[in-house]
Amino acid sequence: MTLDRRNFIKLVGGASSLALAGCATQGPAVSSGSAAEIMPKGSARRVVVVGGGYGGTIAAKYIRMMDPSIEVVLVERNDHFVSCPFSNLYIGGILPDLSSLTIKYDKLIANHGIKFVQAEVTAIDPAAHTVVTSKGTLKYDRLVISPGIDFRTEEIEGYNAQTPEIMPHAWKAGPQTVLLRKQLEAMKDGGTVVLAVPLSPFRCPPGPYERTSMIARYLKQHKPKSKIIVVDANPDIASKGPLFKKGWDMHYKGIIDYRKASKVTAINAANKSVLIEGLDEVKGDVVNLIPPQRAANIAVQAGLVGDDKKWCPIVADTFESTKHKDIHVIGDASIAGAMPKSGYSANSEAKVCATNIVNLMNGRPVTPLSGINTCYSYITDDEAISVAAVYASKDGKIIAVPNSGGVSPADWSMVKTEATFAKSWLRNILTEMSS
Amino acid sequence: MKQRWSSWALTAGALTISATALAADPGTAMLANACAGCHGTHGGSAGLTMPSLAAQSKTAIVEAMKKFKSGERPSSIMGRLAKGYTDQQIDQLGEFFSKQKLHFTHQQVDMAKAKKGADLQEANCSRCHLDDGKDGKDDTPVMASQWLPYLQMQMELYQSGKRKMPEKMAEKVKPLSKEDLDALLHFYASVNK
Ligand SMILES: Cc1cc2nc3c(=O)[nH]c(=O)nc-3n(C[C@H](O)[C@H](O)[C@H](O)COP(=O)(O)OP(=O)(O)OC[C@H]3O[C@@H](n4cnc5c(N)ncnc54)[C@H](O)[C@@H]3O)c2cc1C
Repeated sequence: MTLDRRNFIKLVGGASSLALAGCATQGPAVSSGSAAEIMPKGSARRVVVVGGGYGGTIAAKYIRMMDPSIEVVLVERNDHFVSCPFSNLYIGGILPDLSSLTIKYDKLIANHGIKFVQAEVTAIDPAAHTVVTSKGTLKYDRLVISPGIDFRTEEIEGYNAQTPEIMPHAWKAGPQTVLLRKQLEAMKDGGTVVLAVPLSPFRCPPGPYERTSMIARYLKQHKPKSKIIVVDANPDIASKGPLFKKGWDMHYKGIIDYRKASKVTAINAANKSVLIEGLDEVKGDVVNLIPPQRAANIAVQAGLVGDDKKWCPIVADTFESTKHKDIHVIGDASIAGAMPKSGYSANSEAKVCATNIVNLMNGRPVTPLSGINTCYSYITDDEAISVAAVYASKDGKIIAVPNSGGVSPADWSMVKTEATFAKSWLRNILTEMSS
Repeated sequence: MKQRWSSWALTAGALTISATALAADPGTAMLANACAGCHGTHGGSAGLTMPSLAAQSKTAIVEAMKKFKSGERPSSIMGRLAKGYTDQQIDQLGEFFSKQKLHFTHQQVDMAKAKKGADLQEANCSRCHLDDGKDGKDDTPVMASQWLPYLQMQMELYQSGKRKMPEKMAEKVKPLSKEDLDALLHFYASVNK
């Protein structure tokens, strides 16, 4: 069915639903926080780290390992962290639950003498070197923030606070991931799943295509008359394209309907449909709508985003913000040159940032960046493909080292081996973050 | 090689990271820290098919990286990554990991096989894989406490001819039965102190 754009907007409710644009779609509402100082800063030099995910845990740990005389305070809103990596395998029915993807902070804190504050960071005062949290304020000498992403929902007409409950994004692992799986399980055989992919850059370039594979896997096994329509805003698959296409051809013919250059501009929640620029309406029984992204709310509020109002510009080797002195931004929120928005990048950036914070705090010269990204994507239960690269800084920019890196061999010879490597990768990186 | 899903899940308390840092210059540490996402903090691996790099001999690491880089040693990701490093950086990586404390793992092995493997180690391998495989010599890797799935994977690569055995190793390995080799790997995996 094709709908006239104006009618579609009328149907959806138009601009009224834009009122909530810009609000976080997950996590507690932003409160103003408390003014009383928690953990008054003594004479020790102090680094506050915001965000206990892929980047923040590692920055906190490595600063303490490299210079135990620096006090490190980690602030995170939750008492645990659920990994996005491998969450697609849960959605696809391979993992029974999220327990193997969940880490706690107790061992990390105890092993490295990190101080932990479970609180929402509501504001940052760069001039006063103060972080405002829901539990009180914290002073810092240097601040590291690795808060991940939030969504540019204002770019989708009809999107409101309820939308993620109807059309889950599942792009932050946890309740959203569980909801998407439940919706798939509840869907009738013969149903249609719609997966909407935003324009790059977004968290995890290959993530939507791994998810496509995993949903197709689930449908093939449990609902063989069903299909998945992927509406991708990008001109083509954003990462490992030929490999994904080969895998889909081998395993999911007739199940995956991939549509490139299809940008979702509006939704009709009641009808469970999305409107593609160019006036096509695509209706699903389950809609996994991944909205366009930007740095997490706190980074935007703190004035750390650049002219694009989306991502945080940084200095290549130190990850110090170009907007505010003594604040370092790592992980998905930052503009890290050639390094993609991945968990491995966040891990690697955290170590570079930690090294140089320790250097700077001890009056030593900055160490030039050396980083890695490796990222595995599952196609089936026991076949995975990968992309990898080594990064360095050149003339103030983060570049991929020429002639290094690349994707898995095209002949499919390594996919089983890489699937075992992927599991080892997860276990190593989660162990790094939690011990 | 098959890995059961139940065997890889991260369970609290099942892992101990014993590797500790020894002071390295920031440049060398930064190079090596990037590897830890896959090989564990300071090269102490928690992933069943990723080797621990901690306490390997420097030559073993340098040789392995150079062979990955040239393609002589088969790999998926390591060949692609090794091409990103200069010979000098590879040298620094070898230096860093060789100075880390040996990483002991606690894994389930078949103790009967491990016992048989201990005798085979003594009789056949101990002149290069020193001290129960806890020490390497020149380019001989440390075997003690590596994860069994990793060891089995490498042995399969040797036997299929995809990874080339050093001549001295081939002399010792060729006469051994499949069962003997399996026992040896169980022995190495069992060494944890
Ligand atoms: C489906 C999917 C699959 C993926 N697969 C892979 C993969 O296989 N490999 C890979 O390398 N990457 C993968 N990624 C990408 C990876 O998840 C991210 O790149 C990584 O999590 C980024 O780390 P980060 O530290 O920037 O943010 P996060 O890991 O999201 O951590 C941010 C933390 O900050 C906290 N926080 C935010 N704001 C506040 C505040 N105001 N106050 C207090 N706490 C706050 C959050 O609660 C959270 O714990 C995947 C992503 C998705 C969605």
